[in-house]
Amino acid sequence: MADAALQILAVPRRWAALLALCLPAMCLPVLAKEAAPAAEDPAIEARMLSITTELRCLVCQNQTIADSHAGLAVDLRKQVREMIQRGESDRQIIDYMTARYGDFVLYRPPLKGTTAALWFGPAALLVAGVVVLGLTLRRRSRMRPEQFEPEAPEEPKQGTGSHA
Amino acid sequence: MKSLRFLIPLAVFLVLAAFLARGLKLDPREVPSPLIGKPAPGFALTRLDNAGSTLRREDLLGRVWILNVWASWCGACRDEHPLLVEFSRRKIVPVYGLNYKDERPDGMAWLARFGNPYEASLFDHDGRVGIDYGVYGVPETFIIDKQGTVRMKHIGPLTPEVIQTRIEPLLKELNNG
Repeated sequence: MADAALQILAVPRRWAALLALCLPAMCLPVLAKEAAPAAEDPAIEARMLSITTELRCLVCQNQTIADSHAGLAVDLRKQVREMIQRGESDRQIIDYMTARYGDFVLYRPPLKGTTAALWFGPAALLVAGVVVLGLTLRRRSRMRPEQFEPEAPEEPKQGTGSHA
Repeated sequence: MKSLRFLIPLAVFLVLAAFLARGLKLDPREVPSPLIGKPAPGFALTRLDNAGSTLRREDLLGRVWILNVWASWCGACRDEHPLLVEFSRRKIVPVYGLNYKDERPDGMAWLARFGNPYEASLFDHDGRVGIDYGVYGVPETFIIDKQGTVRMKHIGPLTPEVIQTRIEPLLKELNNG
Protein backbone atom coordinates (compact mmCIF):
# COMPACT_ATOMS: atom_id res chain seq x y z
CA MET A 1 0.00 0.00 0.00
CA ALA A 2 2.67 2.44 1.06
CA ASP A 3 4.67 1.58 -2.02
CA ALA A 4 1.72 2.29 -4.26
CA ALA A 5 1.18 5.64 -2.61
CA LEU A 6 4.82 6.52 -3.11
CA GLN A 7 4.62 5.53 -6.72
CA ILE A 8 1.63 7.78 -7.28
CA LEU A 9 3.47 10.63 -5.65
CA ALA A 10 6.43 9.91 -7.86
CA VAL A 11 4.42 10.38 -11.06
CA PRO A 12 5.83 13.45 -12.79
CA ARG A 13 3.57 16.43 -12.99
CA ARG A 14 3.17 16.12 -16.77
CA TRP A 15 1.84 12.62 -16.41
CA ALA A 16 -0.48 13.63 -13.61
CA ALA A 17 -1.99 16.31 -15.83
CA LEU A 18 -2.43 13.82 -18.64
CA LEU A 19 -4.07 11.38 -16.25
CA ALA A 20 -6.44 14.07 -15.02
CA LEU A 21 -7.44 14.74 -18.62
CA CYS A 22 -8.08 11.06 -19.28
CA LEU A 23 -10.11 10.43 -16.13
CA PRO A 24 -13.46 11.81 -17.38
CA ALA A 25 -13.06 9.82 -20.56
CA MET A 26 -12.50 6.71 -18.50
CA CYS A 27 -15.63 7.36 -16.44
CA LEU A 28 -18.00 7.90 -19.36
CA PRO A 29 -18.31 4.35 -20.64
CA VAL A 30 -18.90 3.18 -17.06
CA LEU A 31 -21.82 5.59 -16.64
CA ALA A 32 -23.32 4.63 -19.97
CA LYS A 33 -23.24 1.00 -19.04
CA GLU A 34 -24.88 1.66 -15.71
CA ALA A 35 -27.83 3.48 -17.28
CA ALA A 36 -28.78 0.62 -19.56
CA PRO A 37 -29.14 -2.75 -17.91
CA ALA A 38 -27.99 -5.49 -20.23
CA ALA A 39 -30.97 -6.97 -22.04
CA GLU A 40 -31.06 -10.36 -23.65
CA ASP A 41 -30.83 -8.99 -27.17
CA PRO A 42 -28.02 -6.50 -27.86
CA ALA A 43 -29.66 -5.42 -31.14
CA ILE A 44 -32.87 -4.40 -29.36
CA GLU A 45 -30.82 -2.70 -26.67
CA ALA A 46 -28.86 -0.73 -29.26
CA ARG A 47 -32.02 0.42 -31.04
CA MET A 48 -33.69 1.27 -27.75
CA LEU A 49 -30.68 3.42 -26.80
CA SER A 50 -30.58 5.16 -30.18
CA ILE A 51 -34.27 6.09 -29.83
CA THR A 52 -34.14 7.13 -26.20
CA THR A 53 -31.08 9.37 -26.65
CA GLU A 54 -33.38 11.51 -28.86
CA LEU A 55 -35.94 11.82 -26.06
CA ARG A 56 -35.90 14.20 -23.14
CA CYS A 57 -36.46 12.87 -19.66
CA LEU A 58 -39.28 15.01 -18.25
CA VAL A 59 -38.35 14.50 -14.63
CA CYS A 60 -34.73 15.62 -14.99
CA GLN A 61 -35.10 17.84 -17.98
CA ASN A 62 -31.57 18.14 -19.25
CA GLN A 63 -30.96 14.43 -19.49
CA THR A 64 -32.07 12.02 -22.14
CA ILE A 65 -34.31 9.09 -21.32
CA ALA A 66 -31.36 6.88 -22.25
CA ASP A 67 -29.09 8.14 -19.50
CA SER A 68 -31.48 9.16 -16.74
CA HIS A 69 -31.94 7.15 -13.56
CA ALA A 70 -35.36 8.62 -12.81
CA GLY A 71 -38.08 6.04 -12.27
CA LEU A 72 -40.08 7.35 -15.21
CA ALA A 73 -37.08 7.09 -17.54
CA VAL A 74 -36.57 3.48 -16.48
CA ASP A 75 -40.24 2.77 -17.22
CA LEU A 76 -40.07 4.49 -20.59
CA ARG A 77 -36.95 2.56 -21.60
CA LYS A 78 -38.83 -0.62 -20.72
CA GLN A 79 -41.78 0.60 -22.78
CA VAL A 80 -39.55 1.33 -25.79
CA ARG A 81 -37.90 -2.09 -25.46
CA GLU A 82 -41.30 -3.77 -25.50
CA MET A 83 -42.48 -1.76 -28.49
CA ILE A 84 -39.35 -2.77 -30.41
CA GLN A 85 -39.99 -6.41 -29.54
CA ARG A 86 -43.52 -6.01 -30.88
CA GLY A 87 -41.96 -4.90 -34.16
CA GLU A 88 -43.03 -1.26 -34.07
CA SER A 89 -41.08 1.27 -36.14
CA ASP A 90 -39.00 4.14 -34.73
CA ARG A 91 -41.64 6.52 -36.09
CA GLN A 92 -44.41 4.73 -34.17
CA ILE A 93 -42.40 4.83 -30.95
CA ILE A 94 -41.62 8.55 -31.29
CA ASP A 95 -45.30 9.23 -32.06
CA TYR A 96 -46.29 7.25 -28.96
CA MET A 97 -44.06 9.51 -26.84
CA THR A 98 -45.15 12.81 -28.38
CA ALA A 99 -48.83 11.83 -28.05
CA ARG A 100 -48.28 11.63 -24.30
CA TYR A 101 -45.63 14.22 -23.48
CA GLY A 102 -45.80 16.60 -26.47
CA ASP A 103 -43.02 17.86 -28.73
CA PHE A 104 -41.11 18.82 -25.61
CA VAL A 105 -39.77 15.26 -25.30
CA LEU A 106 -38.01 15.59 -28.64
CA TYR A 107 -34.48 16.92 -28.55
CA ARG A 108 -34.98 17.72 -32.25
CA PRO A 109 -38.26 19.62 -32.36
CA PRO A 110 -40.33 19.14 -35.52
CA LEU A 111 -40.54 21.93 -38.08
CA LYS A 112 -43.93 23.63 -37.88
CA GLY A 113 -45.52 27.05 -37.47
CA THR A 114 -44.82 27.38 -33.75
CA THR A 115 -41.20 26.25 -34.06
CA ALA A 116 -40.27 28.22 -37.22
CA ALA A 117 -38.59 30.98 -35.18
CA LEU A 118 -36.56 28.35 -33.37
CA TRP A 119 -35.37 26.76 -36.59
CA PHE A 120 -34.82 29.84 -38.74
CA GLY A 121 -34.32 32.60 -36.17
CA PRO A 122 -30.54 32.19 -35.75
CA ALA A 123 -29.95 31.93 -39.52
CA ALA A 124 -32.17 34.99 -40.14
CA LEU A 125 -30.22 36.98 -37.53
CA LEU A 126 -26.95 35.93 -39.13
CA VAL A 127 -28.13 36.96 -42.62
CA ALA A 128 -29.40 40.29 -41.26
CA GLY A 129 -26.04 40.90 -39.61
CA VAL A 130 -24.12 40.10 -42.78
CA VAL A 131 -26.40 42.40 -44.84
CA VAL A 132 -25.91 45.30 -42.41
CA LEU A 133 -22.17 44.72 -42.37
CA GLY A 134 -22.04 44.58 -46.20
CA LEU A 135 -24.07 47.76 -46.62
CA THR A 136 -21.94 49.62 -44.10
CA LEU A 137 -18.69 48.54 -45.71
CA ARG A 138 -19.92 49.42 -49.18
CA ARG A 139 -21.02 52.87 -48.12
CA ARG A 140 -17.69 53.50 -46.47
CA SER A 141 -15.70 52.32 -49.46
CA ARG A 142 -17.53 54.88 -51.60
CA MET A 143 -16.84 57.78 -49.28
CA ARG A 144 -14.11 60.18 -50.27
CA PRO A 145 -11.25 60.48 -47.80
CA GLU A 146 -12.29 64.03 -46.78
CA GLN A 147 -15.64 62.72 -45.58
CA PHE A 148 -14.02 60.79 -42.79
CA GLU A 149 -13.42 62.60 -39.61
CA PRO A 150 -9.86 63.78 -39.67
CA GLU A 151 -7.66 62.09 -37.15
CA ALA A 152 -7.27 64.18 -34.09
CA PRO A 153 -4.05 66.09 -34.44
CA GLU A 154 -1.57 65.42 -31.72
CA GLU A 155 -1.92 68.33 -29.43
CA PRO A 156 1.21 69.62 -27.85
CA LYS A 157 1.11 68.97 -24.16
CA GLN A 158 0.27 72.06 -22.27
CA GLY A 159 1.21 73.13 -18.84
CA THR A 160 4.09 70.75 -18.47
CA GLY A 161 6.29 72.28 -21.13
CA SER A 162 9.55 73.94 -20.27
CA HIS A 163 8.38 77.20 -21.89
CA ALA A 164 5.78 77.89 -19.23
CA MET B 1 -34.66 59.80 -40.37
CA LYS B 2 -30.97 59.95 -39.84
CA SER B 3 -31.42 61.68 -36.51
CA LEU B 4 -33.37 58.71 -35.20
CA ARG B 5 -30.61 56.21 -35.88
CA PHE B 6 -29.32 56.43 -32.36
CA LEU B 7 -32.60 54.75 -31.33
CA ILE B 8 -31.74 51.49 -33.11
CA PRO B 9 -29.66 50.02 -30.26
CA LEU B 10 -32.44 50.99 -27.86
CA ALA B 11 -35.01 49.19 -30.03
CA VAL B 12 -32.80 46.10 -30.23
CA PHE B 13 -32.40 46.20 -26.47
CA LEU B 14 -36.16 46.47 -25.92
CA VAL B 15 -36.88 43.49 -28.17
CA LEU B 16 -34.24 41.44 -26.38
CA ALA B 17 -35.54 42.52 -22.98
CA ALA B 18 -39.08 41.54 -23.99
CA PHE B 19 -37.92 38.05 -24.95
CA LEU B 20 -35.92 37.66 -21.74
CA ALA B 21 -38.80 38.90 -19.59
CA ARG B 22 -41.09 36.36 -21.21
CA GLY B 23 -38.47 33.69 -20.63
CA LEU B 24 -38.33 34.52 -16.94
CA LYS B 25 -42.05 33.91 -16.57
CA LEU B 26 -42.06 30.57 -18.40
CA ASP B 27 -41.69 27.56 -16.15
CA PRO B 28 -39.85 24.78 -18.00
CA ARG B 29 -41.34 22.28 -15.55
CA GLU B 30 -44.82 23.06 -16.87
CA VAL B 31 -44.85 21.09 -20.07
CA PRO B 32 -48.05 21.78 -21.99
CA SER B 33 -49.97 18.53 -22.23
CA PRO B 34 -50.86 17.36 -25.73
CA LEU B 35 -53.87 15.65 -24.14
CA ILE B 36 -55.91 18.83 -23.66
CA GLY B 37 -58.96 18.65 -25.91
CA LYS B 38 -58.34 14.98 -26.66
CA PRO B 39 -60.22 11.96 -25.35
CA ALA B 40 -58.90 10.81 -21.97
CA PRO B 41 -56.83 7.65 -22.47
CA GLY B 42 -58.69 4.45 -21.66
CA PHE B 43 -57.95 2.40 -18.58
CA ALA B 44 -59.19 -0.61 -16.68
CA LEU B 45 -57.73 -0.60 -13.19
CA THR B 46 -58.69 -2.17 -9.91
CA ARG B 47 -59.69 -0.02 -6.97
CA LEU B 48 -56.99 0.65 -4.43
CA ASP B 49 -59.24 -0.63 -1.63
CA ASN B 50 -60.63 -3.60 -3.54
CA ALA B 51 -58.49 -5.69 -5.87
CA GLY B 52 -61.61 -7.48 -7.09
CA SER B 53 -63.41 -4.42 -8.45
CA THR B 54 -62.35 -2.86 -11.76
CA LEU B 55 -63.04 0.69 -12.90
CA ARG B 56 -62.96 1.74 -16.56
CA ARG B 57 -62.94 5.04 -18.34
CA GLU B 58 -66.38 4.21 -19.77
CA ASP B 59 -67.83 3.90 -16.25
CA LEU B 60 -67.19 7.61 -15.71
CA LEU B 61 -68.66 8.97 -18.96
CA GLY B 62 -71.62 11.31 -18.65
CA ARG B 63 -70.28 13.39 -15.79
CA VAL B 64 -67.52 15.84 -15.15
CA TRP B 65 -64.80 14.41 -12.93
CA ILE B 66 -61.35 15.13 -11.59
CA LEU B 67 -58.47 12.70 -11.78
CA ASN B 68 -55.79 13.39 -9.20
CA VAL B 69 -52.53 11.47 -9.50
CA TRP B 70 -51.00 10.73 -6.10
CA ALA B 71 -48.76 8.31 -4.26
CA SER B 72 -47.86 7.64 -0.65
CA TRP B 73 -44.17 8.23 -1.47
CA CYS B 74 -44.90 11.69 -2.88
CA GLY B 75 -44.17 14.55 -0.49
CA ALA B 76 -45.88 17.28 -2.50
CA CYS B 77 -49.07 15.17 -2.50
CA ARG B 78 -49.24 15.64 1.24
CA ASP B 79 -49.03 19.41 0.77
CA GLU B 80 -52.03 19.56 -1.54
CA HIS B 81 -54.03 16.90 0.27
CA PRO B 82 -55.92 19.12 2.75
CA LEU B 83 -57.11 21.21 -0.22
CA LEU B 84 -58.45 18.12 -1.95
CA VAL B 85 -60.17 16.88 1.21
CA GLU B 86 -61.82 20.28 1.59
CA PHE B 87 -62.72 20.41 -2.10
CA SER B 88 -64.34 16.97 -2.10
CA ARG B 89 -66.51 17.92 0.89
CA ARG B 90 -68.17 20.56 -1.27
CA LYS B 91 -69.31 17.84 -3.69
CA ILE B 92 -68.97 19.92 -6.84
CA VAL B 93 -67.70 17.00 -8.92
CA PRO B 94 -66.36 13.57 -7.95
CA VAL B 95 -62.61 13.31 -7.45
CA TYR B 96 -60.96 10.06 -8.47
CA GLY B 97 -57.42 9.22 -7.47
CA LEU B 98 -54.78 7.53 -9.57
CA ASN B 99 -52.54 5.81 -7.07
CA TYR B 100 -49.34 5.92 -9.10
CA LYS B 101 -46.56 3.34 -8.67
CA ASP B 102 -47.49 2.61 -5.09
CA GLU B 103 -48.13 -0.43 -2.92
CA ARG B 104 -51.70 -1.16 -1.85
CA PRO B 105 -51.04 -1.23 1.93
CA ASP B 106 -48.96 1.97 1.76
CA GLY B 107 -51.61 3.83 -0.22
CA MET B 108 -54.44 2.70 2.05
CA ALA B 109 -52.48 3.62 5.18
CA TRP B 110 -51.73 7.04 3.71
CA LEU B 111 -55.43 7.71 3.05
CA ALA B 112 -56.39 6.45 6.50
CA ARG B 113 -53.91 8.86 8.03
CA PHE B 114 -54.48 12.00 5.96
CA GLY B 115 -58.13 11.58 4.95
CA ASN B 116 -59.69 10.20 1.78
CA PRO B 117 -61.12 12.77 -0.64
CA TYR B 118 -61.51 10.22 -3.43
CA GLU B 119 -64.66 8.61 -4.75
CA ALA B 120 -62.26 5.78 -5.51
CA SER B 121 -58.57 5.45 -6.20
CA LEU B 122 -57.38 3.53 -9.23
CA PHE B 123 -54.43 1.31 -8.46
CA ASP B 124 -51.75 1.89 -11.13
CA HIS B 125 -49.00 -0.28 -9.72
CA ASP B 126 -46.67 -0.36 -12.73
CA GLY B 127 -47.43 3.21 -13.84
CA ARG B 128 -48.76 2.21 -17.28
CA VAL B 129 -51.87 4.36 -17.07
CA GLY B 130 -49.66 7.13 -15.73
CA ILE B 131 -47.56 6.93 -18.91
CA ASP B 132 -50.72 7.05 -21.04
CA TYR B 133 -51.75 10.22 -19.24
CA GLY B 134 -48.28 11.71 -19.70
CA VAL B 135 -47.67 11.84 -15.96
CA TYR B 136 -44.15 12.93 -15.07
CA GLY B 137 -44.42 14.95 -11.90
CA VAL B 138 -46.74 13.69 -9.18
CA PRO B 139 -49.08 15.17 -8.07
CA GLU B 140 -50.95 15.98 -11.25
CA THR B 141 -54.61 16.83 -11.68
CA PHE B 142 -56.81 16.38 -14.75
CA ILE B 143 -60.31 17.65 -15.39
CA ILE B 144 -62.35 15.44 -17.68
CA ASP B 145 -65.72 16.44 -19.11
CA LYS B 146 -68.94 14.51 -19.70
CA GLN B 147 -67.78 13.30 -23.11
CA GLY B 148 -64.56 11.95 -21.63
CA THR B 149 -62.38 14.74 -23.03
CA VAL B 150 -59.43 16.09 -21.04
CA ARG B 151 -60.11 19.80 -20.46
CA MET B 152 -57.35 20.83 -18.12
CA LYS B 153 -54.18 19.53 -16.57
CA HIS B 154 -52.36 20.91 -13.58
CA ILE B 155 -48.85 19.73 -12.82
CA GLY B 156 -47.59 19.85 -9.25
CA PRO B 157 -49.50 20.46 -6.03
CA LEU B 158 -52.81 22.30 -6.23
CA THR B 159 -53.02 25.69 -4.59
CA PRO B 160 -56.07 27.64 -3.40
CA GLU B 161 -55.49 30.09 -6.29
CA VAL B 162 -55.49 27.35 -8.92
CA ILE B 163 -58.68 25.87 -7.50
CA GLN B 164 -60.41 29.25 -7.30
CA THR B 165 -59.26 30.89 -10.51
CA ARG B 166 -58.91 27.95 -12.90
CA ILE B 167 -60.66 24.82 -11.67
CA GLU B 168 -63.90 26.15 -10.22
CA PRO B 169 -64.84 28.40 -13.18
CA LEU B 170 -64.10 25.53 -15.60
CA LEU B 171 -66.18 23.07 -13.57
CA LYS B 172 -69.07 25.50 -13.49
CA GLU B 173 -68.92 25.88 -17.24
CA LEU B 174 -68.63 22.13 -17.84
CA ASN B 175 -71.39 21.22 -15.41
CA ASN B 176 -73.79 23.59 -17.16
CA GLY B 177 -72.80 22.39 -20.62
